[in-house]
Amino acid sequence: MSIQAECISKRFGDAVALDDVSLEVPTGSLTALLGPSGGGKSTLLRIIAGLDAADSGIVRIEGQDLTHTPARSRGVGFCFQHYAPFRHLSVRRNVAFGLEIRHRPKAEIKARVDELLELVGLAHLGERYPSQLSGGQRQRMALARALAIEPKVLLLDEPFGALDAQVRTQLRLWLRDLHATLPVTTVLVTHDQEEAMEVADRLAIVNHGHLEQVGTPADMYDHPANEFVLTFLGSATRLGGQWVRPHDLVVHPVADGKPGASAVEGTVARVTHLGFEVKVDVDLAGDESCWVQLSRGSAAELGLQAGQRVWVARADATRSPDRLPSLIA
Amino acid sequence: MKGSRWRLPLRYMVLLYLALLVLVPVGAVFFHAFSGGLGAAWNGFTAPDALDALLLTLIVVAIAVPLNTIFGVGVSLILARHRFPGAWLLDALVDIPLAISPVVIGLSLILVYGHTGWWGNWLAARGITVIFSVPGIVMASAAVSLPYVVRGVLPVLQEIGTEQEQAARTLGAKPFTVFRRITLPSIRRGLAYGVTLTTARVLGEFGAVSIVAGAFAGKTQTYTLFISQSIDNLKPQSAYVGAVVLCLAALIVLTTLTLTDRNRDAWHGKAAA
Repeated sequence: MSIQAECISKRFGDAVALDDVSLEVPTGSLTALLGPSGGGKSTLLRIIAGLDAADSGIVRIEGQDLTHTPARSRGVGFCFQHYAPFRHLSVRRNVAFGLEIRHRPKAEIKARVDELLELVGLAHLGERYPSQLSGGQRQRMALARALAIEPKVLLLDEPFGALDAQVRTQLRLWLRDLHATLPVTTVLVTHDQEEAMEVADRLAIVNHGHLEQVGTPADMYDHPANEFVLTFLGSATRLGGQWVRPHDLVVHPVADGKPGASAVEGTVARVTHLGFEVKVDVDLAGDESCWVQLSRGSAAELGLQAGQRVWVARADATRSPDRLPSLIA
Repeated sequence: MKGSRWRLPLRYMVLLYLALLVLVPVGAVFFHAFSGGLGAAWNGFTAPDALDALLLTLIVVAIAVPLNTIFGVGVSLILARHRFPGAWLLDALVDIPLAISPVVIGLSLILVYGHTGWWGNWLAARGITVIFSVPGIVMASAAVSLPYVVRGVLPVLQEIGTEQEQAARTLGAKPFTVFRRITLPSIRRGLAYGVTLTTARVLGEFGAVSIVAGAFAGKTQTYTLFISQSIDNLKPQSAYVGAVVLCLAALIVLTTLTLTDRNRDAWHGKAAA
């Protein structure tokens, strides 16, 4: 294990940021700390880096107890949400900072900085100042700066939070590729579940100062440990008193007959076209309602209209009934 | 265009105001200083009393400005980086010299450090004279110019935040390295501004110094005191030359500030997120 955080607790005044959280991050993995804003994930990252001190608990990196070691001696690369570029230094000097203060030979620093700038695609911008870079370029400069000290672990706090949507998508893929070529153990903090599932190979879901669940994205999507994880990791709706993913539901016209024992009858309230996906809201008996996610093709086949009577059923009800109870009732 | 009708008259009014208050009077001083020719002006400048006074003023600048620079940066760091009860009080105390008259500051120094003052006897017994002596002049000058470095540096420290310093820490920098390589370059502009104002104030200080100095020519007479005494002694020519020298000194200080400020655009531009 590269990082072991054991029984970490942290309060800010009366507010509990972390309550007895334990997390292990395997060597070489890319783990996302995922959860809503204010849930404590950034605090956990800062405690691992030594930027904040935990009230109690132990932090180990590569087996070494670093709980009382200052940030400068932990060998941790940290990227801030707003990149914290050194504004008075050129891109090249920013990246060289960690090596310069270690008084490495000039030639070695130059070679290493050249290599890193090449790696993050900023080789042609070395003489610029951070204020002359775009957000995405600043982000990559901050990564190169953190990597320069050859950190044992790389910690990224909301790395894509301050970027516009298009650049964000590009950088996600770039970061995944970077991690494949340079497998430094990486932990990133994000509140965006799609981002976490796209980039990370492991997720750790943090909410209200607690660690809710740790696992691979696919495993947690299919086997959420609780209702919070279920609803946070993707859309969910309720049918017959049970949680279900809206894309696991199918709709049949009433005229076709009841498709399965668990099917529920209802009235289409609204059909919303969202490009490839079509969202169908259905009012059920009583005050209940659910929504179904259909592909554009199947929605067109059914020709659904508001006010139409339909059956709603689980698509996999007949195929793998044993999978159903895995989603929480 | 709504504002265009008023733009030109407004511009001329501002220029007129500046001219009436500063440009014309300062011009008159220059005119009178050189009215007897360059030779006379040079003789006035190199008179022994004048040179002694200038030297004393430069010595006071050389002591008071570094002291207030160190103090100002220290107080700014404390106020910007730490939360503690009474911070607002410290913040307000720093401004006191701006708010009260320099004469009051001079007087209060005498009450504490003078012969009959609280600590005057104790100091005198150890051979230290503060009032009517160079230490008193330095203290009075330092007291009146106390706020300028803090007011120049504190807003910059608050604006840049602590993330750059934290980043430097994670990269392996020790506290002093963080200060020298990150904090200090970041506050450079505010610091230069504060030091400039402090220097200008110490160069030109009259009120507080006139109370504590005693103005013994050649010993405790600063340059402003020399100018004032020249007028009293009906030697206006010396006073005009002295005034010109102070103006030139201020010019040098301000030019230095502008030059250190020159390459700011390269990195001080606002983040263009």
